[in-house]
Amino acid sequence: MLLTESDLQAIGLTVRLASTVTLILLILGTPIAWWLARTKSWWKGPIAAVVALPLVLPPSVLGFYLLLAMGPNGPVGRLTAILGIAPLAFTFRGLVVASVFYSLPFMVQPLQTAFAAVGTRPLEVAATLRASPWDAFFTVAVPLAAPGFLTAAILTFAHTVGEFGVVLMIGGNLPGVTRVASVQIYDHVEALAYDDAHRLAAALMIFSFLVLLVLYAWPSRRNPAP
Amino acid sequence: MAGIDARFRLGWDGFSLDVDLGLPGRGVTVFFGPSGSGKTTVLRCIAGLERAAEGRLVVDGAVWQDARHWLPVHKRPIGYVFQEASLLAHLSVIGNLRYGMRRSGCGGVVSLDHVIALLGIGHLLDRRPGRLSGGERQRVAIARALAVGPRLLLMDEPLAALDVKRKQEILPYLERLRDTLDIPVLYVSHSSDEVARLADYLVVMEEGRVRATGPLAETLARLDLPVRLRRDAGAIIAATVGAVDAAWHLARLDFRGGSLWTRDQGLPVGHRLRVHILARDVSLAERPAPSSIQNVLRGTIDAIGDDEHPGLALVRVRVGEALLLARLTRRAVAALGVGVGREMWVQVKSVALVE
Repeated sequence: MLLTESDLQAIGLTVRLASTVTLILLILGTPIAWWLARTKSWWKGPIAAVVALPLVLPPSVLGFYLLLAMGPNGPVGRLTAILGIAPLAFTFRGLVVASVFYSLPFMVQPLQTAFAAVGTRPLEVAATLRASPWDAFFTVAVPLAAPGFLTAAILTFAHTVGEFGVVLMIGGNLPGVTRVASVQIYDHVEALAYDDAHRLAAALMIFSFLVLLVLYAWPSRRNPAP
Repeated sequence: MAGIDARFRLGWDGFSLDVDLGLPGRGVTVFFGPSGSGKTTVLRCIAGLERAAEGRLVVDGAVWQDARHWLPVHKRPIGYVFQEASLLAHLSVIGNLRYGMRRSGCGGVVSLDHVIALLGIGHLLDRRPGRLSGGERQRVAIARALAVGPRLLLMDEPLAALDVKRKQEILPYLERLRDTLDIPVLYVSHSSDEVARLADYLVVMEEGRVRATGPLAETLARLDLPVRLRRDAGAIIAATVGAVDAAWHLARLDFRGGSLWTRDQGLPVGHRLRVHILARDVSLAERPAPSSIQNVLRGTIDAIGDDEHPGLALVRVRVGEALLLARLTRRAVAALGVGVGREMWVQVKSVALVE
Protein backbone atom coordinates (compact mmCIF):
# COMPACT_ATOMS: atom_id res chain seq x y z
CA MET A 1 0.00 0.00 0.00
CA LEU A 2 3.00 2.35 -0.21
CA LEU A 3 3.08 5.27 -2.59
CA THR A 4 5.73 5.09 -5.29
CA GLU A 5 8.66 7.44 -5.36
CA SER A 6 7.17 9.44 -8.20
CA ASP A 7 3.91 9.69 -6.25
CA LEU A 8 5.82 11.12 -3.29
CA GLN A 9 7.61 13.50 -5.59
CA ALA A 10 4.29 14.67 -6.99
CA ILE A 11 2.88 15.13 -3.50
CA GLY A 12 5.97 17.09 -2.41
CA LEU A 13 5.62 19.33 -5.44
CA THR A 14 1.94 19.84 -4.74
CA VAL A 15 2.59 20.89 -1.16
CA ARG A 16 5.34 23.24 -2.29
CA LEU A 17 3.05 24.80 -4.90
CA ALA A 18 0.10 25.18 -2.54
CA SER A 19 2.24 26.71 0.24
CA THR A 20 3.86 29.18 -2.12
CA VAL A 21 0.54 30.20 -3.63
CA THR A 22 -1.08 30.58 -0.20
CA LEU A 23 1.76 32.76 1.00
CA ILE A 24 1.69 34.97 -2.09
CA LEU A 25 -2.08 35.28 -1.95
CA LEU A 26 -2.00 36.24 1.72
CA ILE A 27 0.13 39.19 0.70
CA LEU A 28 -1.75 40.06 -2.52
CA GLY A 29 -5.26 39.14 -1.44
CA THR A 30 -5.30 41.01 1.88
CA PRO A 31 -5.14 44.53 0.41
CA ILE A 32 -7.66 43.60 -2.29
CA ALA A 33 -10.06 42.18 0.31
CA TRP A 34 -9.52 45.20 2.57
CA TRP A 35 -10.27 47.57 -0.27
CA LEU A 36 -13.35 45.63 -1.36
CA ALA A 37 -14.66 45.51 2.21
CA ARG A 38 -14.36 49.25 2.81
CA THR A 39 -14.60 51.09 -0.49
CA LYS A 40 -17.67 52.94 -1.70
CA SER A 41 -16.08 53.36 -5.13
CA TRP A 42 -17.94 52.61 -8.32
CA TRP A 43 -15.12 50.18 -9.13
CA LYS A 44 -16.06 47.83 -6.32
CA GLY A 45 -18.52 45.84 -8.46
CA PRO A 46 -16.28 45.30 -11.50
CA ILE A 47 -13.24 44.43 -9.38
CA ALA A 48 -15.24 41.99 -7.24
CA ALA A 49 -16.55 40.35 -10.42
CA VAL A 50 -13.05 39.94 -11.85
CA VAL A 51 -11.82 38.44 -8.58
CA ALA A 52 -14.71 35.95 -8.64
CA LEU A 53 -14.21 34.94 -12.30
CA PRO A 54 -12.11 31.84 -11.58
CA LEU A 55 -15.05 30.47 -9.57
CA VAL A 56 -17.15 30.08 -12.72
CA LEU A 57 -14.64 29.91 -15.59
CA PRO A 58 -13.59 26.50 -16.83
CA PRO A 59 -9.95 26.13 -15.75
CA SER A 60 -9.06 25.47 -19.37
CA VAL A 61 -10.24 28.96 -20.35
CA LEU A 62 -8.10 30.60 -17.69
CA GLY A 63 -5.19 28.31 -18.52
CA PHE A 64 -5.54 29.04 -22.23
CA TYR A 65 -5.33 32.81 -21.77
CA LEU A 66 -2.49 32.55 -19.29
CA LEU A 67 -0.62 30.28 -21.69
CA LEU A 68 -1.05 32.85 -24.47
CA ALA A 69 0.08 35.65 -22.15
CA MET A 70 3.16 33.70 -21.06
CA GLY A 71 4.01 32.54 -24.56
CA PRO A 72 6.85 34.18 -26.53
CA ASN A 73 4.38 36.61 -28.20
CA GLY A 74 2.23 37.29 -25.14
CA PRO A 75 2.68 40.40 -22.95
CA VAL A 76 4.06 38.41 -20.01
CA GLY A 77 6.34 36.43 -22.29
CA ARG A 78 7.75 39.60 -23.83
CA LEU A 79 8.22 41.15 -20.41
CA THR A 80 10.16 38.14 -19.15
CA ALA A 81 12.25 38.21 -22.32
CA ILE A 82 13.08 41.90 -21.81
CA LEU A 83 13.94 41.28 -18.17
CA GLY A 84 16.12 38.35 -19.21
CA ILE A 85 14.06 35.82 -17.24
CA ALA A 86 13.31 32.39 -18.66
CA PRO A 87 9.77 31.99 -20.06
CA LEU A 88 7.20 31.03 -17.43
CA ALA A 89 5.23 28.48 -19.38
CA PHE A 90 5.97 24.86 -18.46
CA THR A 91 7.91 25.88 -15.33
CA PHE A 92 7.13 25.71 -11.63
CA ARG A 93 7.08 29.52 -11.44
CA GLY A 94 4.56 29.63 -14.26
CA LEU A 95 2.45 27.19 -12.31
CA VAL A 96 2.64 29.45 -9.26
CA VAL A 97 1.54 32.49 -11.27
CA ALA A 98 -1.37 30.61 -12.82
CA SER A 99 -2.46 29.18 -9.49
CA VAL A 100 -2.39 32.62 -7.89
CA PHE A 101 -4.99 33.78 -10.41
CA TYR A 102 -6.98 30.59 -10.12
CA SER A 103 -7.16 30.59 -6.32
CA LEU A 104 -7.58 34.35 -5.87
CA PRO A 105 -11.29 34.29 -4.91
CA PHE A 106 -10.68 31.63 -2.28
CA MET A 107 -8.37 34.03 -0.47
CA VAL A 108 -10.16 37.31 -1.14
CA GLN A 109 -13.75 36.39 -0.41
CA PRO A 110 -13.40 34.99 3.14
CA LEU A 111 -11.07 37.88 4.00
CA GLN A 112 -13.50 40.42 2.60
CA THR A 113 -16.33 38.91 4.65
CA ALA A 114 -14.15 38.94 7.76
CA PHE A 115 -13.07 42.56 7.29
CA ALA A 116 -16.65 43.63 6.64
CA ALA A 117 -17.71 41.90 9.86
CA VAL A 118 -15.06 43.80 11.82
CA GLY A 119 -16.68 47.04 10.63
CA THR A 120 -15.38 50.56 10.96
CA ARG A 121 -16.03 51.12 14.67
CA PRO A 122 -12.97 49.25 16.06
CA LEU A 123 -10.76 51.21 13.65
CA GLU A 124 -12.31 54.49 14.76
CA VAL A 125 -11.70 53.41 18.34
CA ALA A 126 -8.07 52.65 17.53
CA ALA A 127 -7.67 56.06 15.87
CA THR A 128 -8.99 57.83 18.97
CA LEU A 129 -6.43 55.79 20.93
CA ARG A 130 -3.63 57.31 18.83
CA ALA A 131 -3.12 54.39 16.42
CA SER A 132 -2.18 55.43 12.88
CA PRO A 133 -4.12 53.69 10.07
CA TRP A 134 -1.33 51.13 9.48
CA ASP A 135 -0.97 50.51 13.19
CA ALA A 136 -4.73 50.06 13.54
CA PHE A 137 -4.79 47.66 10.60
CA PHE A 138 -2.19 45.33 12.07
CA THR A 139 -3.14 45.60 15.74
CA VAL A 140 -6.93 45.72 15.43
CA ALA A 141 -8.28 44.70 12.01
CA VAL A 142 -6.00 41.69 11.50
CA PRO A 143 -6.46 40.17 14.99
CA LEU A 144 -10.23 40.67 14.83
CA ALA A 145 -10.30 39.10 11.36
CA ALA A 146 -8.00 36.22 12.38
CA PRO A 147 -10.63 33.48 11.87
CA GLY A 148 -11.16 34.84 8.36
CA PHE A 149 -7.44 34.59 7.67
CA LEU A 150 -7.45 30.97 8.82
CA THR A 151 -10.42 30.11 6.63
CA ALA A 152 -8.95 31.90 3.62
CA ALA A 153 -5.54 30.27 3.96
CA ILE A 154 -6.96 26.77 4.36
CA LEU A 155 -9.35 27.17 1.44
CA THR A 156 -6.62 28.58 -0.79
CA PHE A 157 -4.21 25.81 0.08
CA ALA A 158 -6.79 23.07 -0.44
CA HIS A 159 -8.05 24.56 -3.66
CA THR A 160 -4.55 24.82 -5.08
CA VAL A 161 -3.90 21.19 -4.18
CA GLY A 162 -7.05 20.25 -6.07
CA GLU A 163 -6.43 22.15 -9.28
CA PHE A 164 -5.91 20.23 -12.46
CA GLY A 165 -7.01 21.98 -15.63
CA VAL A 166 -4.89 25.09 -15.25
CA VAL A 167 -1.88 22.99 -14.31
CA LEU A 168 -2.22 20.88 -17.38
CA MET A 169 -2.55 23.92 -19.65
CA ILE A 170 0.32 25.92 -18.16
CA GLY A 171 2.64 23.37 -16.66
CA GLY A 172 2.28 20.35 -18.82
CA ASN A 173 3.40 17.20 -17.15
CA LEU A 174 7.08 17.37 -16.29
CA PRO A 175 8.11 15.06 -13.42
CA GLY A 176 9.53 16.97 -10.49
CA VAL A 177 8.78 20.33 -12.16
CA THR A 178 5.10 20.60 -12.86
CA ARG A 179 3.67 17.13 -12.32
CA VAL A 180 1.54 17.68 -9.20
CA ALA A 181 -0.59 15.02 -7.51
CA SER A 182 -3.75 15.60 -9.54
CA VAL A 183 -1.82 15.27 -12.80
CA GLN A 184 -0.05 12.18 -11.47
CA ILE A 185 -3.42 10.52 -10.90
CA TYR A 186 -4.40 11.38 -14.45
CA ASP A 187 -1.17 9.74 -15.64
CA HIS A 188 -1.86 6.60 -13.65
CA VAL A 189 -5.33 6.35 -15.13
CA GLU A 190 -4.04 6.95 -18.66
CA ALA A 191 -1.56 4.11 -18.12
CA LEU A 192 -4.42 1.95 -16.77
CA ALA A 193 -2.49 1.65 -13.48
CA TYR A 194 -5.71 1.76 -11.44
CA ASP A 195 -4.09 0.49 -8.23
CA ASP A 196 -1.62 3.39 -8.25
CA ALA A 197 -4.39 5.83 -9.11
CA HIS A 198 -6.47 4.48 -6.19
CA ARG A 199 -3.74 5.01 -3.64
CA LEU A 200 -3.03 8.60 -4.62
CA ALA A 201 -6.68 9.43 -5.13
CA ALA A 202 -7.49 8.06 -1.67
CA ALA A 203 -4.68 10.13 -0.17
CA LEU A 204 -6.10 13.30 -1.75
CA MET A 205 -9.60 12.37 -0.71
CA ILE A 206 -8.58 11.94 2.93
CA PHE A 207 -6.62 15.17 2.83
CA SER A 208 -9.56 17.16 1.45
CA PHE A 209 -11.95 15.66 3.97
CA LEU A 210 -9.64 16.54 6.85
CA VAL A 211 -9.30 20.11 5.61
CA LEU A 212 -13.05 20.56 5.36
CA LEU A 213 -13.49 18.89 8.74
CA VAL A 214 -11.18 21.48 10.28
CA LEU A 215 -13.13 24.29 8.58
CA TYR A 216 -16.60 23.17 9.54
CA ALA A 217 -16.02 21.57 12.92
CA TRP A 218 -13.51 24.03 14.38
CA PRO A 219 -14.84 25.10 17.75
CA SER A 220 -15.95 28.72 18.27
CA ARG A 221 -15.38 29.70 14.69
CA ARG A 222 -16.77 33.10 13.90
CA ASN A 223 -16.74 33.14 10.10
CA PRO A 224 -18.43 30.28 8.30
CA ALA A 225 -16.78 28.98 5.18
CA PRO A 226 -18.20 30.61 2.05
CA MET B 1 -6.85 81.76 23.87
CA ALA B 2 -8.33 78.96 25.91
CA GLY B 3 -11.49 77.33 24.69
CA ILE B 4 -12.81 75.67 21.59
CA ASP B 5 -13.82 77.44 18.40
CA ALA B 6 -15.70 75.17 16.08
CA ARG B 7 -17.38 75.95 12.80
CA PHE B 8 -18.65 73.12 10.64
CA ARG B 9 -20.81 72.98 7.59
CA LEU B 10 -21.66 69.75 5.82
CA GLY B 11 -24.55 68.17 3.99
CA TRP B 12 -25.69 64.64 3.31
CA ASP B 13 -28.91 63.26 1.91
CA GLY B 14 -31.67 64.88 3.89
CA PHE B 15 -29.38 66.29 6.56
CA SER B 16 -27.37 69.44 6.78
CA LEU B 17 -25.21 70.70 9.59
CA ASP B 18 -24.26 74.31 10.04
CA VAL B 19 -22.83 75.30 13.40
CA ASP B 20 -20.54 78.00 14.71
CA LEU B 21 -19.63 77.51 18.34
CA GLY B 22 -17.41 79.08 20.94
CA LEU B 23 -17.15 76.68 23.85
CA PRO B 24 -15.52 77.13 27.24
CA GLY B 25 -12.11 75.59 27.85
CA ARG B 26 -13.23 73.90 31.04
CA GLY B 27 -16.21 72.19 32.61
CA VAL B 28 -18.82 69.95 31.02
CA THR B 29 -20.54 71.20 27.88
CA VAL B 30 -23.60 69.14 27.04
CA PHE B 31 -24.91 69.00 23.48
CA PHE B 32 -28.61 68.52 24.00
CA GLY B 33 -31.26 67.80 21.41
CA PRO B 34 -33.45 65.12 19.86
CA SER B 35 -31.90 62.33 17.83
CA GLY B 36 -31.04 63.45 14.33
CA SER B 37 -30.31 67.00 15.48
CA GLY B 38 -26.64 66.67 14.56
CA LYS B 39 -25.06 66.64 18.01
CA THR B 40 -23.16 63.40 17.43
CA THR B 41 -21.99 64.69 14.05
CA VAL B 42 -20.55 67.81 15.70
CA LEU B 43 -18.70 65.63 18.19
CA ARG B 44 -17.34 63.41 15.40
CA CYS B 45 -16.21 66.48 13.49
CA ILE B 46 -14.34 67.70 16.57
CA ALA B 47 -12.72 64.28 16.97
CA GLY B 48 -11.80 64.19 13.29
CA LEU B 49 -13.86 61.05 12.67
CA GLU B 50 -15.95 63.08 10.25
CA ARG B 51 -14.54 65.70 7.95
CA ALA B 52 -16.83 68.62 7.29
CA ALA B 53 -16.41 70.00 3.78
CA GLU B 54 -16.21 73.45 5.31
CA GLY B 55 -14.80 73.62 8.76
CA ARG B 56 -12.56 75.40 11.18
CA LEU B 57 -11.59 74.01 14.54
CA VAL B 58 -9.27 75.68 16.99
CA VAL B 59 -8.68 74.08 20.38
CA ASP B 60 -6.68 75.99 22.97
CA GLY B 61 -5.13 78.09 20.24
CA ALA B 62 -4.05 75.11 18.11
CA VAL B 63 -5.60 74.76 14.65
CA TRP B 64 -6.94 71.24 14.16
CA GLN B 65 -8.82 71.99 10.98
CA ASP B 66 -9.17 74.81 8.51
CA ALA B 67 -8.95 75.24 4.75
CA ARG B 68 -5.28 74.23 4.77
CA HIS B 69 -4.84 72.14 7.91
CA TRP B 70 -6.17 68.78 8.86
CA LEU B 71 -4.99 67.01 11.97
CA PRO B 72 -5.77 63.29 11.64
CA VAL B 73 -7.72 61.65 14.45
CA HIS B 74 -4.78 59.75 15.87
CA LYS B 75 -2.80 62.95 16.32
CA ARG B 76 -5.54 64.83 18.21
CA PRO B 77 -5.05 64.86 21.99
CA ILE B 78 -8.56 63.66 22.70
CA GLY B 79 -10.29 60.92 24.61
CA TYR B 80 -13.45 59.57 22.98
CA VAL B 81 -16.21 57.49 24.52
CA PHE B 82 -18.58 55.96 21.99
CA GLN B 83 -22.28 55.45 22.53
CA GLU B 84 -22.27 51.67 22.54
CA ALA B 85 -19.73 49.20 23.75
CA SER B 86 -16.63 49.80 21.71
CA LEU B 87 -14.02 47.82 23.58
CA LEU B 88 -11.52 46.00 21.39
CA ALA B 89 -12.82 42.44 21.62
CA HIS B 90 -9.45 40.76 21.13
CA LEU B 91 -7.90 42.47 24.14
CA SER B 92 -8.56 42.12 27.86
CA VAL B 93 -9.69 45.10 29.91
CA ILE B 94 -6.13 45.98 30.86
CA GLY B 95 -5.09 45.41 27.22
CA ASN B 96 -7.70 47.95 26.15
CA LEU B 97 -6.46 50.45 28.73
CA ARG B 98 -2.84 50.02 27.68
CA TYR B 99 -3.54 50.15 23.94
CA GLY B 100 -4.04 53.89 23.91
CA MET B 101 -1.81 54.62 26.85
CA ARG B 102 1.26 53.11 25.18
CA ARG B 103 0.64 55.01 21.95
CA SER B 104 -0.01 58.34 23.59
CA GLY B 105 3.30 58.05 25.40
CA CYS B 106 1.77 59.36 28.57
CA GLY B 107 2.30 56.35 30.80
CA GLY B 108 3.83 58.63 33.39
CA VAL B 109 1.49 61.58 33.04
CA VAL B 110 -1.73 59.81 33.88
CA SER B 111 -1.64 57.29 36.62
CA LEU B 112 -3.32 54.16 35.37
CA ASP B 113 -4.02 53.14 38.95
CA HIS B 114 -5.76 56.43 39.54
CA VAL B 115 -7.99 55.99 36.48
CA ILE B 116 -8.78 52.40 37.44
CA ALA B 117 -9.72 53.50 40.95
CA LEU B 118 -11.76 56.44 39.69
CA LEU B 119 -13.96 54.17 37.58
CA GLY B 120 -13.91 51.25 40.01
CA ILE B 121 -12.76 48.62 37.52
CA GLY B 122 -9.83 47.14 39.43
CA HIS B 123 -11.49 43.72 39.71
CA LEU B 124 -12.16 43.48 35.96
CA LEU B 125 -8.68 43.97 34.51
CA ASP B 126 -8.07 40.43 33.26
CA ARG B 127 -11.54 39.92 31.82
CA ARG B 128 -12.44 39.91 28.14
CA PRO B 129 -14.95 42.57 27.03
CA GLY B 130 -17.44 39.83 26.15
CA ARG B 131 -17.66 38.88 29.80
CA LEU B 132 -18.54 42.32 31.15
CA SER B 133 -21.96 43.82 31.80
CA GLY B 134 -23.04 46.87 29.78
CA GLY B 135 -22.31 49.23 32.64
CA GLU B 136 -18.89 47.72 33.28
CA ARG B 137 -18.03 47.97 29.61
CA GLN B 138 -18.88 51.65 29.51
CA ARG B 139 -16.83 52.30 32.65
CA VAL B 140 -13.85 50.59 31.03
CA ALA B 141 -14.42 52.65 27.86
CA ILE B 142 -14.37 55.84 29.93
CA ALA B 143 -11.24 54.73 31.77
CA ARG B 144 -9.60 53.90 28.45
CA ALA B 145 -10.37 57.37 27.10
CA LEU B 146 -8.87 58.95 30.21
CA ALA B 147 -5.78 56.74 30.17
CA VAL B 148 -4.44 58.47 27.06
CA GLY B 149 -4.16 61.69 29.07
CA PRO B 150 -6.48 63.67 26.81
CA ARG B 151 -6.61 67.45 26.71
CA LEU B 152 -10.22 67.23 25.59
CA LEU B 153 -12.71 64.51 26.52
CA LEU B 154 -15.51 63.72 24.04
CA MET B 155 -18.42 61.55 25.14
CA ASP B 156 -21.15 60.51 22.73
CA GLU B 157 -24.21 59.50 24.75
CA PRO B 158 -22.15 57.16 26.91
CA LEU B 159 -25.23 56.09 28.87
CA ALA B 160 -27.78 55.83 26.06
CA ALA B 161 -27.37 52.11 25.54
CA LEU B 162 -27.82 51.32 29.23
CA ASP B 163 -30.93 50.67 31.29
CA VAL B 164 -31.93 52.97 34.14
CA LYS B 165 -30.16 50.90 36.76
CA ARG B 166 -26.85 50.92 34.87
CA LYS B 167 -27.21 54.65 34.28
CA GLN B 168 -27.58 55.26 37.98
CA GLU B 169 -24.49 53.10 38.43
CA ILE B 170 -22.35 55.23 36.13
CA LEU B 171 -23.64 58.77 36.76
CA PRO B 172 -21.82 59.11 40.09
CA TYR B 173 -18.55 58.26 38.31
CA LEU B 174 -19.24 60.95 35.72
CA GLU B 175 -19.99 63.48 38.44
CA ARG B 176 -16.74 62.57 40.10
CA LEU B 177 -14.97 63.08 36.78
CA ARG B 178 -16.56 66.49 36.36
CA ASP B 179 -15.36 67.52 39.78
CA THR B 180 -11.81 66.14 39.51
CA LEU B 181 -10.80 66.67 35.87
CA ASP B 182 -9.55 70.02 34.77
CA ILE B 183 -9.95 69.35 31.05
CA PRO B 184 -13.01 70.35 29.06
CA VAL B 185 -15.59 67.63 28.48
CA LEU B 186 -17.98 67.70 25.52
CA TYR B 187 -20.91 65.43 26.23
CA VAL B 188 -23.69 64.51 23.82
CA SER B 189 -27.03 63.61 25.37
CA HIS B 190 -30.74 63.64 24.80
CA SER B 191 -31.46 62.95 28.45
CA SER B 192 -32.59 65.87 30.57
CA ASP B 193 -31.45 63.95 33.62
CA GLU B 194 -27.86 64.00 32.42
CA VAL B 195 -28.13 67.67 31.50
CA ALA B 196 -29.41 68.55 34.97
CA ARG B 197 -26.72 66.54 36.72
CA LEU B 198 -23.66 67.09 34.60
CA ALA B 199 -23.84 70.20 32.45
CA ASP B 200 -22.02 73.42 33.23
CA TYR B 201 -22.64 74.75 29.77
CA LEU B 202 -25.41 73.85 27.38
CA VAL B 203 -25.65 73.73 23.59
CA VAL B 204 -29.20 73.08 22.40
CA MET B 205 -29.36 71.62 18.91
CA GLU B 206 -32.18 71.05 16.47
CA GLU B 207 -32.08 69.92 12.84
CA GLY B 208 -28.38 70.53 12.39
CA ARG B 209 -28.48 74.05 13.86
CA VAL B 210 -27.65 75.49 17.26
CA ARG B 211 -30.83 76.81 18.87
CA ALA B 212 -29.28 78.14 22.07
CA THR B 213 -25.99 78.10 23.87
CA GLY B 214 -24.76 79.39 27.21
CA PRO B 215 -24.17 78.53 30.86
CA LEU B 216 -26.69 75.95 32.08
CA ALA B 217 -28.72 78.08 34.50
CA GLU B 218 -28.99 80.99 32.09
CA THR B 219 -29.92 78.84 29.14
CA LEU B 220 -32.57 76.97 31.09
CA ALA B 221 -34.02 80.27 32.26
CA ARG B 222 -34.39 81.68 28.78
CA LEU B 223 -38.00 82.54 28.16
CA ASP B 224 -37.83 82.70 24.38
CA LEU B 225 -36.65 79.12 24.29
CA PRO B 226 -37.65 77.25 27.38
CA VAL B 227 -35.58 74.08 27.38
CA ARG B 228 -37.83 71.55 28.97
CA LEU B 229 -36.11 69.18 31.29
CA ARG B 230 -38.38 66.38 32.47
CA ARG B 231 -41.04 67.77 30.16
CA ASP B 232 -41.42 70.99 32.11
CA ALA B 233 -39.84 74.40 32.36
CA GLY B 234 -37.72 74.96 35.42
CA ALA B 235 -34.48 76.23 36.83
CA ILE B 236 -31.34 74.44 37.99
CA ILE B 237 -29.47 75.90 40.96
CA ALA B 238 -26.18 74.82 42.45
CA ALA B 239 -26.39 74.58 46.23
CA THR B 240 -24.61 73.30 49.32
CA VAL B 241 -26.13 71.55 52.30
CA GLY B 242 -25.77 74.30 54.93
CA ALA B 243 -27.49 72.79 57.94
CA VAL B 244 -29.62 69.87 59.02
CA ASP B 245 -32.58 70.27 61.35
CA ALA B 246 -32.78 66.86 62.94
CA ALA B 247 -35.92 67.64 64.93
CA TRP B 248 -37.99 68.38 61.83
CA HIS B 249 -36.06 66.14 59.44
CA LEU B 250 -35.22 69.05 57.21
CA ALA B 251 -32.04 70.15 55.44
CA ARG B 252 -31.11 73.68 54.49
CA LEU B 253 -29.70 74.18 51.01
CA ASP B 254 -27.70 77.35 50.58
CA PHE B 255 -27.23 78.99 47.21
CA ARG B 256 -25.95 82.35 46.06
CA GLY B 257 -29.01 84.38 46.83
CA GLY B 258 -30.66 82.59 49.69
CA SER B 259 -31.50 79.22 51.10
CA LEU B 260 -34.24 76.65 50.82
CA TRP B 261 -35.48 74.05 53.26
CA THR B 262 -36.17 70.60 51.98
CA ARG B 263 -36.66 67.09 53.32
CA ASP B 264 -33.48 65.77 54.90
CA GLN B 265 -32.25 63.00 52.68
CA GLY B 266 -29.24 62.15 54.75
CA LEU B 267 -26.73 64.27 52.86
CA PRO B 268 -23.91 65.61 55.04
CA VAL B 269 -23.42 69.31 55.72
CA GLY B 270 -21.08 70.76 53.10
CA HIS B 271 -22.25 68.39 50.37
CA ARG B 272 -22.61 70.13 47.02
CA LEU B 273 -25.53 69.31 44.81
CA ARG B 274 -27.91 70.68 42.22
CA VAL B 275 -31.57 71.32 42.71
CA HIS B 276 -34.27 71.48 40.08
CA ILE B 277 -37.11 73.92 40.73
CA LEU B 278 -40.02 73.58 38.33
CA ALA B 279 -41.83 76.71 37.20
CA ARG B 280 -45.17 75.27 38.29
CA ASP B 281 -43.91 74.96 41.88
CA VAL B 282 -43.01 78.64 42.14
CA SER B 283 -45.55 81.38 42.95
CA LEU B 284 -45.23 85.11 43.58
CA ALA B 285 -46.69 87.29 46.35
CA GLU B 286 -46.81 90.99 47.11
CA ARG B 287 -45.99 90.55 50.77
CA PRO B 288 -45.02 87.55 52.91
CA ALA B 289 -48.02 86.01 54.55
CA PRO B 290 -48.47 83.00 56.82
CA SER B 291 -48.62 80.08 54.45
CA SER B 292 -47.91 76.38 54.30
CA ILE B 293 -45.16 77.26 51.85
CA GLN B 294 -42.13 77.80 54.06
CA ASN B 295 -39.57 78.68 51.41
CA VAL B 296 -40.04 82.36 50.72
CA LEU B 297 -37.32 84.38 49.01
CA ARG B 298 -36.98 88.01 48.00
CA GLY B 299 -36.52 88.44 44.26
CA THR B 300 -36.70 90.87 41.38
CA ILE B 301 -38.83 90.26 38.29
CA ASP B 302 -36.38 89.86 35.45
CA ALA B 303 -38.57 89.08 32.44
CA ILE B 304 -42.04 87.90 31.50
CA GLY B 305 -42.64 85.59 28.59
CA ASP B 306 -45.29 83.45 26.93
CA ASP B 307 -45.92 79.94 28.07
CA GLU B 308 -47.37 76.99 26.23
CA HIS B 309 -50.95 78.16 26.80
CA PRO B 310 -52.30 81.68 26.08
CA GLY B 311 -53.71 81.84 29.63
CA LEU B 312 -50.28 81.26 31.19
CA ALA B 313 -47.09 83.27 31.52
CA LEU B 314 -43.55 82.31 32.46
CA VAL B 315 -41.99 84.84 34.80
CA ARG B 316 -38.25 84.90 35.41
CA VAL B 317 -37.18 86.10 38.84
CA ARG B 318 -33.68 86.92 39.96
CA VAL B 319 -32.90 85.82 43.51
CA GLY B 320 -29.35 86.88 44.31
CA GLU B 321 -27.32 85.27 41.54
CA ALA B 322 -29.87 82.61 40.81
CA LEU B 323 -32.65 82.72 38.23
CA LEU B 324 -35.97 81.04 38.97
CA LEU B 325 -38.91 80.49 36.66
CA ALA B 326 -42.49 80.85 37.87
CA ARG B 327 -45.60 79.83 36.00
CA LEU B 328 -48.53 82.18 36.60
CA THR B 329 -51.83 82.74 34.90
CA ARG B 330 -52.00 85.85 32.77
CA ARG B 331 -54.81 87.05 35.06
CA ALA B 332 -52.57 86.74 38.11
CA VAL B 333 -49.83 88.72 36.34
CA ALA B 334 -52.33 91.50 35.67
CA ALA B 335 -54.02 91.38 39.10
CA LEU B 336 -50.75 91.47 41.07
CA GLY B 337 -49.17 94.01 38.78
CA VAL B 338 -46.19 91.81 38.07
CA GLY B 339 -43.78 93.91 36.02
CA VAL B 340 -40.12 93.78 35.12
CA GLY B 341 -37.94 95.38 37.79
CA ARG B 342 -40.45 94.96 40.59
CA GLU B 343 -39.38 93.26 43.83
CA MET B 344 -41.66 90.49 45.01
CA TRP B 345 -41.74 87.51 47.35
CA VAL B 346 -41.05 84.19 45.70
CA GLN B 347 -42.71 81.13 47.20
CA VAL B 348 -41.11 77.80 46.37
CA LYS B 349 -43.39 74.90 47.00
CA SER B 350 -41.15 72.03 46.05
CA VAL B 351 -37.49 71.39 45.35
CA ALA B 352 -36.13 68.33 43.60
CA LEU B 353 -32.61 67.24 44.36
CA VAL B 354 -30.84 66.31 41.16
CA GLU B 355 -29.08 63.34 42.66
